[in-house]
Order: sequence, then structure tokens, then C-alpha cells
Amino acid sequence: MSPATAPRDDPRTTRLLAVDAATGRIDTGTVADLARLLQPGDLLVCNDAATLPAALRGHTAGGAAVEVRLAGERPDGTFGAVLFGDGDWRMRTEDRPPPPRLALGARLQFDGLGAEVAAVDAGSPRLVGLRFDRGEEELWRALYAAGRPVQYSYLRQPLRIWDVQTPFAARPWAVEPPSAALPLSFELLLQLRRRGVLFARVTHAAGLSSTGDPALDARLPFAERFEVPAATVRAVAAARQRGGRVVAVGTTVARALESAAAAGTLVATSGWTGLRLGAGTTRAVVDGILTGIHEQDSSHFALLTAFAPRELLLAANACAEAAGFLLHEFGDAMLLLGTPVPRPRDDRALVAGGDGRAMMPGCASPPPPSSAPLPSPHSAPPAPAPAATPARAQPPAPRSRARSRSATARTSPAGTPTCRPRTAAPRCRRRSWSATACWSATASPRAT
Amino acid sequence: MDLHDRGILITGGGRGLGAALARELARRGARLLLVARSEPELADTAAAIRAAGGTVATIARDVADKDAVHAIAAAANAALGAVDAVVHCAGALGPVPLRPLADTACEDLQRALDVNLVGPFRLDKLLLGPMFLRGDGLVVHVSTDAAVAAYPLWGAYGVSKAAADHLARIWATELDGTGVRLLTIDPGEMDTRMHREAMPDADRSTLARPEAVAVRIADMMADPALASGARLAAATWRQR
Repeated sequence: MSPATAPRDDPRTTRLLAVDAATGRIDTGTVADLARLLQPGDLLVCNDAATLPAALRGHTAGGAAVEVRLAGERPDGTFGAVLFGDGDWRMRTEDRPPPPRLALGARLQFDGLGAEVAAVDAGSPRLVGLRFDRGEEELWRALYAAGRPVQYSYLRQPLRIWDVQTPFAARPWAVEPPSAALPLSFELLLQLRRRGVLFARVTHAAGLSSTGDPALDARLPFAERFEVPAATVRAVAAARQRGGRVVAVGTTVARALESAAAAGTLVATSGWTGLRLGAGTTRAVVDGILTGIHEQDSSHFALLTAFAPRELLLAANACAEAAGFLLHEFGDAMLLLGTPVPRPRDDRALVAGGDGRAMMPGCASPPPPSSAPLPSPHSAPPAPAPAATPARAQPPAPRSRARSRSATARTSPAGTPTCRPRTAAPRCRRRSWSATACWSATASPRAT
Repeated sequence: MDLHDRGILITGGGRGLGAALARELARRGARLLLVARSEPELADTAAAIRAAGGTVATIARDVADKDAVHAIAAAANAALGAVDAVVHCAGALGPVPLRPLADTACEDLQRALDVNLVGPFRLDKLLLGPMFLRGDGLVVHVSTDAAVAAYPLWGAYGVSKAAADHLARIWATELDGTGVRLLTIDPGEMDTRMHREAMPDADRSTLARPEAVAVRIADMMADPALASGARLAAATWRQR
């Protein structure tokens, strides 16, 4: 698949892949379809981290050129940072020359802002801790004047700070955009709200997705700062009581919520998390996820296997590719409704409203059009029951996001975008599914 | 909105009504982030608030600068945790001394629009999303009777403020029911530097003190019953 090479002028042009693990159904449409796919009572949890201008060009005391990409604030108030040698975002990260080696106490000078190396990682001299020479009050002004958004070589133009902010951007914690919310226009948000979809927030410091250094990339994501407020814990409990689904807007939100439920129950939490989700994870909170399109060798794809079987996700990707969907932060979107998080017995009693009939999430309201089982050959088999692994088992480290992030743009295979929008008449949907890529991939989901 | 422990961003917080409102809101327990172009004025206002036991941070940037609004919003959110309310006190008169519209340079009109309309629009855009997500927030635009009445010589200012009034009304309509409220407040004629620049010959004894107006504006902000989209005048407002 190809990456989107520029920010969108209009988020409403974002296409949407809707994947339902319970039915195995895959649909294509646009992000506007969220207003139908999400039900009254569903809870959309969004990441309200603003994205810092985290790329700083400067030089060492000896005059050597260096680029610093901040990796996020650490508990001691320093910033984790990855050093790059000369060059800029136009060069693939893995092609960048090595940075100058910096010792503890070394000084770096950026445009109007200085920093001292306060820590050097034992495993990689490219990963350091920086202490800026400004107090917090002055830091933001200086950092926003000196820094630029982190970006990668598949983009065509330099990004401006407003290109990387979601509608919810508040505290400046993230160093790359929590991009799952970029497709959400206010028009759509207000429409969802009118429909009865509810909103809650977490803050999660979305980190670097690639450094170009295989040893460092294997360690991504670094521990990231996050906060799940008490109001969100209450909103999740209320949504579950009503039978609504908890949908994370982005992988950061899924990781924050599951991190805050490390003991099996969601509690208000703030701290740093390195939690990875994957096929071995039993989710405690998140039923579904709105995310981008992720290639199968990426860590984001690995995270999605916590929601749906790999085979279904591969089929979804085949469909996305056939339909010409685009990758990365300005690319298209996917709503993945996972196998529902098991509700505790007492939750069910509450949902049942006293008549003793347990209701599963999503059943409190008429089911969405897409959840009706279709006699369609395009459905993969229902997902297997959640694996009976310990709730907090860490899946093996997936391959990093580095490869897909540094990939240069390539054109779509000729003639493949045959899938039609769901918003068209039903016959179009049927026709769309004659796309061989979608059909053959889903027809043999067990193929290896 | 109960103002105690709320995070409030005030533009034009270095002097005049902005500084007076900052002192008043700090006295009521709000935590503040003040924006102004002048660093020394900000420092003086912040020092007075801290000396009185208040909590305040500052950022010296121009609200009319497109590149600055992200730094302002970041500083506010970082210092306050969340921006519960924003008050737009920063204002630009246009040409000084005031001149007829036909004698107004395009650049002077543009500056008035940038400070009084486009800057607040940009900042509101950044702050409304998080407010929507929390289902709670208050946006206050400080206006003028020159936004309603067509006073000769007040063209650039009046035009820009009239547009800002309507901006708030439309936003209030669009955000109805979300928990995010907008108020437009006409503070009346006050004894401030801006007033001296506009009307140097005015009898200052007839002008309201910014401190007295700030008390009324804080009362309005604290009143949850005021309908979103309302346009209120400090001179005629009575607390219920």
C-alpha cells in the first residue's frame, strides 16, 4: 500500500474500512459512515495530547550538526531524545549519517534554545535525556519557535504545526500526532454526539514511530506518559452498564486504557507505560478501535491482533489495498470492532435491567446495519473465543513501525481500486465485493 | 462555572481590563495563563497576582500571529492541565488616532481584524475541541458598543468587533448542547490606555475602573444560567 503524502485539506475525504471481528464482515466507505456504525451509547475515547514541534535542528559545542527528535517527557522532567546526524526529514531515517557521539553534560544549541545531555542510554548512544535551559514557563515559547513537527520521507512538503494537531489537542505531550483522530471533523463529532455517541478522553504521549536504527526501533514504543482521568473511568462504567461499546480512537488510547486496567479493572491512572497489545492480550476495557491502515509487519498491526484474528486483518488489508486505501498519519481509517470485552457477571445483571436476560454490549439499541449477518461470501468466519491467556501477558515484541515509516511512496497497482463506497446503493456494495483481492483473501482465512 | 481551581486563559492580560480580570479571577481561586505581547507588563501583572497568593503563568506572544497560537495553547494546557475558560481581552483599535474609514489604511484594518477576530478564532478553534471532549468550557469575547452602533471614526475596531460578536453567536449555535458556552461581554467605557489612545480628551472621571468591570465579568462567568451566545453589557448587568 502507498502512504498518504500530504495532510488532507478536508478530513471528510478520509475513507473508512469497517471490520467486525464478531461477524468477520469487512466494508469500505468513508469516515462519515461512523455516524451509522457507532450506536447511541457507544463511548469514543479520544487522546487529547497535542503534538509538539519535536524535531530540533542544532549543533554541538564543537559545531557538529545534529538533529534531535524528542521522544517524550520523562518522570525526572528531562526529555528523552533520539539523535540524528546531518540531513533532514527528506532523507530516509535509516540513510541518515550517524550523529556525533555526545557525553554526559554535553551542550546542544538550537535556535534560541539550549540543552544539556542529562543521560545517555546504556544500549544506544543515540538515545539521550535532555535538560533544556529554560523553565517550563519559557520552554513552550522557545520550543515552539525552534522546533518543527517530526515527519518522514514519504511526505512531499514540510509540515506546519497545525498539520499535526487533532481536534482535541490540549496538553503538549505527543511527539508524533495521535493521528487516528485526524479524520474527525467537528461536523462529524457533532453528528455523532447528536446520535447519542458519548465521548471521553485520555492523554497519551504518542511517541516516535521510527528512528532508522534497528536496535532502537526494536525497542519502540519507548515508555510513554499517559493519564486516564476518573471521569473517563466513570464514563466507561456507564457505557458498559448501558450496553455501549468502548471504542478507542487510536492505538495510544487502547494502550492507555488497557494500561490503566493492568489489575483487570479500569482505575484512574497517570504514569508511564510501555504496554504492548497483541494476539496474546485479553482486553479488559476496549471493545473496538478507530485507527489508520497498518501494514502487516508494523507494530500497529500487531496491536490490532488483540482485537481480531490475524487472518481477518490480513483480509481487511487486502481489501484496503485493492480499494486504494492510503497508509500512515494522513492516510485512511479503519474501524475495527473486536470480539467484545467480556463483561463481569454483575455488569450483565445491570445491563439486563432486572429481567434476568443478559444483554451483550451493543444489543441495547437496534443493531447497526453492518452488524446484521449477511449471507455474503465475503465474510470470514467468526473470530475464535478470546485466548485464555493471563490478562496482562505481554505479546512478543513485533517488528517496529520503522520499516513502513521510512518507506518511500510507491504507486498503487494499476486498476485495483474497485471497491465502492458503502454509502452508495446496496447493489454497489455487492458489486464492490466482486473485487478478487477481497474475496480470495477472505475465502481462505486459514491459509498461511 | 465555579471559578475556583479552574484553568483560565486570558489574552491581553498584561494591562487594562485583562490584568484587572486576571487579578479578580485569581482572587476567586482560578489558575491563570496570561498572554500579551509585552513581557515586562506580563511580569508585573503576574508578580502582583503571585504576591496575593494566586497561581499564574505567562507567555509573551502576539495573539494575531498564526504561528503563536499553538505555543499559547500548549503553554496554557501545560500550565493549567486543562483550559476551562478563555477570555479574549486583547484588542487593537486600528489606526491611532482614530480616523474615518475612508482614511484607514488597509493594514490598520487588517491588524484590527487579526487581533480582534482572526486571532480569537484561531485560539478558540484550538481550545473548543478539548472543551467538547470534556463536555465543559466557557469562551468569553470582550466586545464594545462600537460593535453595535455605527460610530464615526471607530470603523476598523467596530467592524472587527461586530464580526467577533457574530462569530460567538454562530459558534454558540453550533455547539448548543455540548456543554461548551460562549458569552460576549461589552465592558463599557473604561479608564484604560486603549481608551486614552482612542479618546485622549475624554473626561476620565466619567469612565468605569477596570477593576469594577472585572468583578462584573467574573460574576457573569460564574453564572451557569447565562445562555450560551448571549451578549451582555457590564454596565447594565445585575447579578441574580
